[in-house]
Amino acid sequence: MKQFLWPSIKLTLLSLVLLSGLYTLILLGFARLTPGKGKGEMIEWKGKTYYANIGQSFTDDRYFWSRPSAVGYNAAGSGGSNKGPNNPEFLQTVKDRIDTFLVHNPGINRAQIPVDMVTASGSGLDPNISLQAARVQASRIARLRGIPEASLVALIDKQTEKPLLGLFGPAKLNVLRLNIALDDLK
Amino acid sequence: MNTEIIGILAMFLITLLLALPLGKYIARVYDGQRTFLDPVLGPLERLFFRISGVDPAESWSWQKNLVALLVINLVWFLLGMFILMNMAWLPLNPDHNPSQGAHLAFNTTISFLVNCNLQHYSGESGVSYLGQLYLMFLQFTTAATGMVGAVLLFRALRKGTHKTFGNFFSDYLKTCTRILLPLSLIMGIMLLFSGTPMTMEGKQQTIGLRGDTMQVSTGPVAAFVPIKHLGTNGGGFFGTNSAHPLENPGYGSNMIEMVAQMLIPFAMVFAFGIFIRRKRMAWVIFGVMTLGFLALAIPNTYMEAKGNPAIAHMGIDNSLGNMEGKEVRLGAAAAGYWSIATTVISTGSINSMHDSHMPLSGMNELLAMMINCFYGGCGVGILNYFIFIILAVFISGLMVGRTPEFLGKKIEAREMKIAMIIALLHPLLILAGTALATAFPQYTSGTLNNPGFHGFSEILYEYTSSAANNGSGFEGLGDNTPWWNITTGFVLILGRYLPIIGPVAIAGILGGKKYIPESAGTLQTDTPTFGFMTLAVIAIVAALAFFPALTLGPIAECFSSK
Repeated sequence: MKQFLWPSIKLTLLSLVLLSGLYTLILLGFARLTPGKGKGEMIEWKGKTYYANIGQSFTDDRYFWSRPSAVGYNAAGSGGSNKGPNNPEFLQTVKDRIDTFLVHNPGINRAQIPVDMVTASGSGLDPNISLQAARVQASRIARLRGIPEASLVALIDKQTEKPLLGLFGPAKLNVLRLNIALDDLK
Repeated sequence: MNTEIIGILAMFLITLLLALPLGKYIARVYDGQRTFLDPVLGPLERLFFRISGVDPAESWSWQKNLVALLVINLVWFLLGMFILMNMAWLPLNPDHNPSQGAHLAFNTTISFLVNCNLQHYSGESGVSYLGQLYLMFLQFTTAATGMVGAVLLFRALRKGTHKTFGNFFSDYLKTCTRILLPLSLIMGIMLLFSGTPMTMEGKQQTIGLRGDTMQVSTGPVAAFVPIKHLGTNGGGFFGTNSAHPLENPGYGSNMIEMVAQMLIPFAMVFAFGIFIRRKRMAWVIFGVMTLGFLALAIPNTYMEAKGNPAIAHMGIDNSLGNMEGKEVRLGAAAAGYWSIATTVISTGSINSMHDSHMPLSGMNELLAMMINCFYGGCGVGILNYFIFIILAVFISGLMVGRTPEFLGKKIEAREMKIAMIIALLHPLLILAGTALATAFPQYTSGTLNNPGFHGFSEILYEYTSSAANNGSGFEGLGDNTPWWNITTGFVLILGRYLPIIGPVAIAGILGGKKYIPESAGTLQTDTPTFGFMTLAVIAIVAALAFFPALTLGPIAECFSSK
């Protein structure tokens, strides 16, 4: 055992320099070349910058709502509800969310509410909603903002992010981009 | 066909297409042949060897190799304990995160050391950047440890009689420099351009669109995530792992991370075939593994995409699937697929919350970890599968009345005893752990997040994940308590080192035996028939042992749901 101890320690320290040190520095260097300078994808609007991929809480009826979150969109942490699919407490929460949604969106029926609007995401920071989730909110926002619903539908179409290369994964909308475009509409 | 399904097919096919050439390359690296990276890495490796006093040309017995493996792992453990328990005053801590207490640091260090990454802390608040960089280092070295274990097996099973099997230090370093590091760099750059952050600055203060102040955790994520997947480690930078929008910003990054985690396990099977010059056997093994994988992955993809019936009954539009704990950008189908990929191999990273999956999806995830050899973790997957091959050879030999032989070597009582001990160790660790935890509800019941059968599944999942060195969890479990940190810590150690030592010992013993040329009477081990035999042994030994426990958890939950 003794004969291996010194080589082990020396090899560990050298590997640390290479794998934790040099490797990290190389990627920090490449990060400078990315559009966000290593911060990730950012959105600039009216002189402010926002994280494109970190969801924000939108509960104001004049904006498109984001999904429910188990951590209240607190990006200093992250988390899901971790409730099992048959947990009575969880099912009650979903029922309550459906009722709230119906109250705030008069005129729509239950079958139009997409499941992503009444369930919490895994990260608690989901920046996206589904197409259905955006469309079902259009009439409420059109009424409160006094703009024709047709122009909102057009806005949703324009803001829809197609599947990757048109082939892979779901279509979606970024709630922050959508709401910025909504404020720009006037 | 819908784009979510096409995405999944693409992920599988891309992995396979990349794994074939990578397998060839890996075989060349371990065979000591010239590769295109020699001019750059050769001098670097020679420098490292000279300073550390290692002669890379020396070739050791399997016992000596295992001792070296254990000694360097001990060094990594002690250094890890020191760093995690002193992070508060050490450098690179912009968020002023506290040091970890003894039992949490014990659990964290062990779980990263054994390629499990159970993570009873959250990355945002539980470790400093120095801690993260050390944990990243462990993700390289532990993957290398597993792969070198597999290479000892490769060398032992080559035609002929062998007394020495290479040199652990040399193989370890070459695995890091020639396989893991170059792949991680390429993937890190790809992730950077997909929107993953890479910075040493602490939490960022920003203002939300509605004027509210927000804090956003960030860090050297693009360095951490590649090796987390390539090394089948699965330790997340953030608490919610690859469900976090900075760790996995879109469907593109999801595809990259999915391909990366299955790449080396696939490639190792092909490398095995090339190395021992029996490509046909590699394809049979790959076929069995793929069959097992698909038998679990297809139902999960279907069940998660179909959604929760209890929510469908509420009369809403349930067409997106079971979206609790899932991200819109990834979708329910990709999450179902990921849940099996991450559990058959020992990654344990998640892109959705397994705790909120449908009961039978949870069961398949458990089964994947209980079997633990459909592809399996970096290197260790092959070692686990090897145990089942030995059992299958023995049983087939008895059935046809021939001396059991594998690759020209007789399998005798000593090898069989080791194989049986290793095969039974896994159920013992999981079931005994779960039994203990349920026998002492004063320590465990308060930590459960769900009532009834699902709560039992949370306990079962935690021990299964530990014994399989997987690291995913039913994360509702409040697992940062002395009970969980200490009991799973020991399960982790036993579930890692014994399943490396056992198969390497068998291979070492076989390697030293006289080579008997094949004759008409030899049992063919590279045929589909033998592949099926192995699958049957896996089903009987691994899966059925757990059936009673699964009945109490996910199966009962499924049948009792309204």
